[in-house]
Order: sequence, then structure tokens, then C-alpha cells
Amino acid sequence: MNKNLGTTGLILNEPLLWEKGSKGRTGFSVPESDVDASPLDSELVGDGPDFPDLSEVDVVRHYTRLSTWNFGVDTGMYPLGSCTMKYNPKTNERQARLPGFAGAHPLLPPQLAQGALELMYKLERYLDEVTGMQATSLQPAAGAHGELAGMLLIYAYHKHRGDQRSKIIIPDTAHGTNPASAALCGYRPVPVKSNENGVLSVETIEAVMDAETAGIMVTNPNTIGLFEDHIREICRVIHDKGGLVYCDGANMNAIMGIVDMNEIGIDVLHLNLHKTFSTPHGGGGPGSGPVCVNDKLEPFLPVPRIVEKDGQYNLSEDFPRSIGKLDTFHGHFGVMIKAYSYIMSMGAAGLKKASQLSVLNANYIKERLKSTYHLPHDRPCMHEVVFNDQNLQAYKITTLDVAKRLMDYGFHPPTVYFPLVVPGAIMIEPTETECKQDIDRFIEAMQQIAQEAKEDPELLKSAPHRSKVRRLDETTAARKPCLAN
Amino acid sequence: MKEIHELDLPDDVRYAEDHEWVRSEGSKLVVGISDYAQDQLGDIVFVELPEVGAKLSKGEAFGTVESVKAVSELYMPVGGTIAAINGKLEESPELVNNQPYGQGWMVEVQPGDPKEIDALMTQQAYLEMLKGL
Repeated sequence: MNKNLGTTGLILNEPLLWEKGSKGRTGFSVPESDVDASPLDSELVGDGPDFPDLSEVDVVRHYTRLSTWNFGVDTGMYPLGSCTMKYNPKTNERQARLPGFAGAHPLLPPQLAQGALELMYKLERYLDEVTGMQATSLQPAAGAHGELAGMLLIYAYHKHRGDQRSKIIIPDTAHGTNPASAALCGYRPVPVKSNENGVLSVETIEAVMDAETAGIMVTNPNTIGLFEDHIREICRVIHDKGGLVYCDGANMNAIMGIVDMNEIGIDVLHLNLHKTFSTPHGGGGPGSGPVCVNDKLEPFLPVPRIVEKDGQYNLSEDFPRSIGKLDTFHGHFGVMIKAYSYIMSMGAAGLKKASQLSVLNANYIKERLKSTYHLPHDRPCMHEVVFNDQNLQAYKITTLDVAKRLMDYGFHPPTVYFPLVVPGAIMIEPTETECKQDIDRFIEAMQQIAQEAKEDPELLKSAPHRSKVRRLDETTAARKPCLAN
Repeated sequence: MKEIHELDLPDDVRYAEDHEWVRSEGSKLVVGISDYAQDQLGDIVFVELPEVGAKLSKGEAFGTVESVKAVSELYMPVGGTIAAINGKLEESPELVNNQPYGQGWMVEVQPGDPKEIDALMTQQAYLEMLKGL
């Protein structure tokens, strides 16, 4: 096939539904009424809602056309760093739509929801096993909610010991939401810098850890895609001063079934089922951010917890030290079914292999592109690799221009300008989803773009050229946002 | 983005490592961010400044600056009390891009120790630091 995936095509314009249709058009015929008309209470009479009159074909074409403007992981490679945009197997969707699951009301008594409770109970045990932790709660609704749950658990632990602490250490290689989650729980985030190798030094942590500090929030692998290789020592420093270690598990896709989190000293870890465990995300949700803990924090997990006795599953509130309930009902159950389906499809060996391939793919991209794009940390990476635009500065080409031009080649742009510790960052996470041919195509596109930057920089500055809309004025949109109409 | 030789680095201000500048005006000190900082950030879309009267020590965050790329904290290059803030930035954050040392100033500080400014970098020292980045 054509080397370049991106090409021109007929892209249909589509007006708003309110600008379509005409009076009297309808999607179906209402049966004739067989009861007599009777007058309506005047208080109930008024103008109806402003709905357009549309036929079925009007509506179907409308949404089908809008869907063709989309780009998703079902369309092509989506190497958005730190987001783990892996393929979402369709069998997951099928399982989640089984009528017994999809139709179950969240207020069913446990004896009528044994299958749902069993799935949640087993998913918790599988997540314990994948991470090495001792207990899991599926309640947190998404990643940042899992972070907050982790902070609340740490807070409850110290409170129970009569040892109130006010600070949390957060490295500059942690995920951007961590400081907010700590602050929301009343802790003051204490920022610390990573070293010249892009990871944390033990001495840096020793210098700030004290009896006022509740613990640390590390992201491991960190947000530069590097494994924190001093993590055991760092955990020891924190524990020696009575603190706890929270690990942001957003990057778990690199280490499933490979790193035992409990063994390296992590006390609480959150997972993103919508990243690592292949459930859809990117459209604003729903996510799912379970927290996994060791025995220190197990008594504080949210209630109700699912308990098993003689093959019967029940919901129990009988955990007096619990931090309480974190959301309505039991978390995002549909996402749990999909994650469970993924784990069952892959098996233990398959999950480990997925992590190994995600790391291999990222390292392959790193090795093949490092002579073209500047690589700030030239060492083996985990599941994502961070380049920047330093080599292109002479041509006045920035990371943003490269990202926009990639769209013309048929790829979703990677994450840009994050992590902040690398100026002009381009963070690429291919995941295990992509085959070698597609990765090679991506690498060649990146190489060709670097060549274009030298020969015809204007081509990059005015990109994208082939998309439905051209480059948007992001500055005016941010300075003068139009929030209605 | 600008090459180092294209940067506007006036010699009547002092520079901090976090790329703020400080200019002496009578007993007060005026603070903003350097041409390098605004160029690195790109189009600035929002500037958050402290309350007048706030007492802040050197190195403490006094506000945030948000561009299309990122949100960054602003750090006090000297300790003191906020005597005035540039209210124009609320409506026109682009002033920081267009005139970083003029109408794009951020806060005016009544310094706790007027000599603290002397510890900051001169134009030459700041230029050397930028070359090392």
C-alpha cells in the first residue's frame, strides 16, 4: 500500500441538527390514538422543547458523518504518551453487554447479584496478583479519584496512630494530577527535583523527608518513561521516618506481572483499568481507578467491601476503620467487566508479554529516532520515550509543528509539552498494540518530517493540511473562550 | 522560538534563576518574567497574581502563568510585601509576550531587605546561564 497513510478524501460537511430537517418530518409514525381527547390542566400547557423535525435518515447520516471526523485507536496508531491508548478488544464489549450484567440494577440485594459480586471479587484478587499487593478496592471512579483514595487511606493510617502529618513529597517526574490530589486531602505538596538521569536520588528524598511528612507520591515508571531504579532505597527512607509510599500506577502497562509493588516497598498503588486493562477511554470516560494496598492500609479500604463465605458473596460495611464510601453504588461496573474480560483473555503469561512488548516497542522507536530527534535521557526506557525539538530549533520548528504535521501522515499526535521537566517534550507511547510494520511507518513519518523541517519548514508551520479543519487558533480560544453559542 | 542572540535582555534589570526579572524603582522593586521565559512558554493566555499586601519570602510562589503549552509557577526573586499588581494582565495577558519588561510587568514589591536584589544575576551572568541550558 501507499507508504503514507494520510491522503485526501471526500470529507462531508455537516450542519447542526437544528439547521437540518423541516417542519413535519419525522422518524416514525405515531399510532392513531384510540382514546378520547381530554383537556389538559392549563398549568401543564406551554411551549414544547425546541427539537428539530428530522427523518431517520437525517439523524443516521448526521451521526455517521460526525463519526468520520473522529480519529481513534480503531482508526490508527494513537501514541499518546502516558495515556496507554492500547486497542480495546471487542470481546470486552460483548461480555459487558451480557444481559445479566448490563441489566443488573445496582440496588439488587446481594443474593440476586451473585454473578456481579463474584466478578468484582475475583477482579480484585487478580489485581492483587498483578501488582503483588494484598487487597484492592474497585470503588474509585477514575485515576485522579484513585489518587485521592490513596491519600485518604494514608491520612486515615496516620490519624489512627495519633500521628498527624501535614506534607507530601511529590517529585517533578510524578503525574501532573498528584499535587492536586494531595492538596485536596489537606496535605501540602513538597516538590522535589529528579536528577540528571531523569530519576530520583535517594539523597534528595533524605533531605526533605521528616516526621511532619506523611509520605511520598511517586510515579513508577515515572513520567519520563524511566524506571525509578532507587525506589527500594527511597521507600526505606520514607518508612524509616514513619511515612508511607503512594505509587501512581498510570504507567503500569510497562510492568504487569514483572514488578512486585509490595516487595519494592509500595504501600498503596492505584491502577487505571481504562489504560492498562484495555477499557476504552479518551472521550471523557468512564474510567476506573482501583486502589491496591498492603496489610498496613487494608483495614482502611472503602466500604462496602465484597466478602466471600462458602462460595456466597456479600457486601459488608463491617470495617470500623474504613475511610467510608467513595461514590454512588460500587464504582464503574461496566469498566470492571471489560477489564476482567481482558485479564481472562490474556492470562498471566499474556499480561506479562503485553508489558514486555510495550517496552520493546518504545525502545525500538527510541533507538531508530534518536539520531533524528534529540533524546534528553539516552538510556533504556520503559513503555514510553521522550524526545524534544532541540535539533529543529535552527529551522524555527517546534514540537507543536511536528505534532500537527504527523496528522497529515495519518497518525494521532503524541503527547506534547509534557512532562514539563523536558522543554519541548514529545512523549511517544506505542503500546503493545502496534505491529512492527506500523511502528516502522510511524518512524519513517517522523524522519520525513524532520527532513521537511530543514527543506520546507513552512509545510510544518501550516500543518495539518489534510484534516477536516486546519490549524486552530488555540491562543484566541484560550484567551477569549466562547463558552456558549 | 528565539535563538539566544535574538533575546531582548536589558541591562537595567536583574535576573533570577527561575527567569523572573527585577527592576529598582524608588524604594520599590518591579517584577516580571524575562524575554526568554515568555518565548519558552509561548502565547500566554492567563496570569494569576497575588493579593496586594501579601507577604512572601524569596523563592515562594507568587502566582501562575498559563500558556497554550503549560501552566508554570512564578517565584519571588526577592522577599517582601506585594505593593501593587498589574491588573491589565487579567484582560490582556498578551502584554507579557509583547512587552515583557514594560507593560507586561507583574507585581511591585516592597522589599524586606533592599539589598537582596544584589544577589540576583546581571544581564551578563543571566546570558551565561542561558547559554549553559
